[in-house]
Amino acid sequence: MSQIFDTIRGFSIRDRIAQAPNWARKVGMLLVIAFAFYLPFLNILPFAYVRTDLTSRGSDWASVLFLVVVYMIVAVGLNVVIGFAGLLDLGYVGFYALGAYSIALFGSPSSPVVEALQNRFGLSETWAVPFAMCIPIAIAMSLIAGVILGAPTLRLRGDYLAIVTLGFGEIIRITARNLDNVTNGATGITNVPTPPGPETDGRAFFNTVDAERWYWLALTILIIIIWLAFRLEHSRVGRAWLAIREDEDAAAIMGVAAFKFKLWAFAIGASVGGLAGLLFGSKQQYVEPNAFMVNLSFLFVAMVVIGGSGNIYGVLLGAFLLTYLPERFREFQEWRPFAFGVALVVVMILRPQGLVPSRRRAREFEDRKVEAEEAAADV
Amino acid sequence: MDFDALISGLDRHTLDGITRGSIYALVALGYTMVYGVMKLINFAHSEVFMVGTWAVLGVYTVLGVGAGESLGIVIAATLLALVGAMVASAGTALAVERIAYRPLRKKGAPPLIFLITGIGCSMVLVELFGQVFEVFFGPPFGRVTVNIPSVLETKELFTIPGIDLTITNTRVIIIVGAVLMMLALDTFVNKSRLGRGVRAVAQDPDTASLMGVNQNRVIMLVFVLGGAMAGVAALLYTIQYDITKFDIGFIIGLKAFTAAVLGGIGNLRGALVGGLLLGIAEVYASTIWSSEWANVTAFVVLVVVLMFRPTGLLGESLGKARA
Repeated sequence: MSQIFDTIRGFSIRDRIAQAPNWARKVGMLLVIAFAFYLPFLNILPFAYVRTDLTSRGSDWASVLFLVVVYMIVAVGLNVVIGFAGLLDLGYVGFYALGAYSIALFGSPSSPVVEALQNRFGLSETWAVPFAMCIPIAIAMSLIAGVILGAPTLRLRGDYLAIVTLGFGEIIRITARNLDNVTNGATGITNVPTPPGPETDGRAFFNTVDAERWYWLALTILIIIIWLAFRLEHSRVGRAWLAIREDEDAAAIMGVAAFKFKLWAFAIGASVGGLAGLLFGSKQQYVEPNAFMVNLSFLFVAMVVIGGSGNIYGVLLGAFLLTYLPERFREFQEWRPFAFGVALVVVMILRPQGLVPSRRRAREFEDRKVEAEEAAADV
Repeated sequence: MDFDALISGLDRHTLDGITRGSIYALVALGYTMVYGVMKLINFAHSEVFMVGTWAVLGVYTVLGVGAGESLGIVIAATLLALVGAMVASAGTALAVERIAYRPLRKKGAPPLIFLITGIGCSMVLVELFGQVFEVFFGPPFGRVTVNIPSVLETKELFTIPGIDLTITNTRVIIIVGAVLMMLALDTFVNKSRLGRGVRAVAQDPDTASLMGVNQNRVIMLVFVLGGAMAGVAALLYTIQYDITKFDIGFIIGLKAFTAAVLGGIGNLRGALVGGLLLGIAEVYASTIWSSEWANVTAFVVLVVVLMFRPTGLLGESLGKARA
């Protein structure tokens, strides 16, 4: 079965793209990007059936697209950790929450932190840290959290890391819920700032109604991050990650500072998660601890491994499927976690390399399978 | 920060902590045995425990017993519930092994894949009780807390004079029951022929199979034993708290895992020590600060242990533990 898949998709499409002339690939890429930007207005039958707002109970199409793109950013970031460096991070929602809380705590005029600053320095009641300043703050916060969490645990075996990060995700949520005088506890923080922009029709440019503008913003950020991720993958750091993933001891003997590069992967992944959280919080204009339940971490991991960890196109597909399908078929929303669980088990057993694997990872799996079969035959 | 409350009720809180800790320790056994033999964290073990609590509810419902039955019926119902929970949990653990882990072992998949299928199984089990069974059978399944009839009612047995500490029958049963089960398991692993096989595989799987130990059977045995212990823990949990829910496994599983790491994962006696210490630490912490922070304590303990003594207090390894 999987061989058939490999022949159909793996060889023909991939090789054809690889063989196409450079200009054709660039034009194709531009067309895909242009189409992505056009998606919110997609209204031509039969393609319009992909829209999620066909019935009155459906959700707003542009908002769904925005969520899909935010989760794609998350998946690309988590792919650096899981796919490139081979570390299982089950607390990614913690970084996502940190990003959302950073912009809420520093950017909202009604957050306790900003109010304390206002009183301390005698500022006006509408003062808050400007949006542009919140971006580096959010990235820095999640990056620092990633380093603090990674430094003691990355020296340990990979499975310990999974449990510790799982605990970390929960700690962030419990702390956000219980620190009433910093985060407003379970009430959450309102008036989270939106990016600045020219006023149109008497409303701010980024408002709650015109979700397609949010989508375009997120899509732009996603494209930049995908580009950066490709650069990283083929850089010296990327090759170091690859070596560590395939055999850490051998990599260490060859002079790869395994701990340092793992920490890099962890920190880079964390900061991308923080950026995605910032976008989410800003779009919602409201941040509360219950939006960051541990199930979200499992969803993120599921996106990466079902899509095909290590392959950026694969994780994009994973993020799209796992976000879009539940929104398109909202009637079955209650079944979503069950379906994820089944999908995780089935995909991992039948196709452990994911739906669209990276070629190198697929070969790693094939090697291991052969080794296991040989070992079994020896006995 | 309320140290007075802790000092004034130190005896009571310690007893509380030991009660909680015994349950953690029993669940931790499942993690520690599987880890000792397969070097794998069985992520679905928390749900094995959860299934056990539902089995207790099932047995009570089938028997139609409630609070205030005569002594003979109470003992019989509780023993039946114990058997039911052990069988259900062991069966679940075995099913998880067969469905999620064995196919991967054959392919020689990297350890991360085992963790991911474990998470998948855990989600499936949670959703079975939270969603699927609700659709097919209706209540009591669903995403709500379910009360379990307190067949075994709490009664005061005696008061320790001098410190004024009241001992109830449920506490005695929980602590004694947990310690007895652990002793039994410890003896089994160390003294019996099958136990020797378990230790052999833990020490060196390849050599063990050369010596004629069937590795797959040992792994199945380990899952069954761990599952049965989780079943006992489930019964004791329902005796103490009288509730169950589709997602109670998650937090207890994390704490039990912390207990296993604290005592030294792969070490049976370590699970007992780790469980009791974690239970006590947690109750103390929730008295000093507030009960919301109890869950954070476990994670902080876990991180600190991993930083300073990753092999745990008693050292890991099921194989090397001569004792």
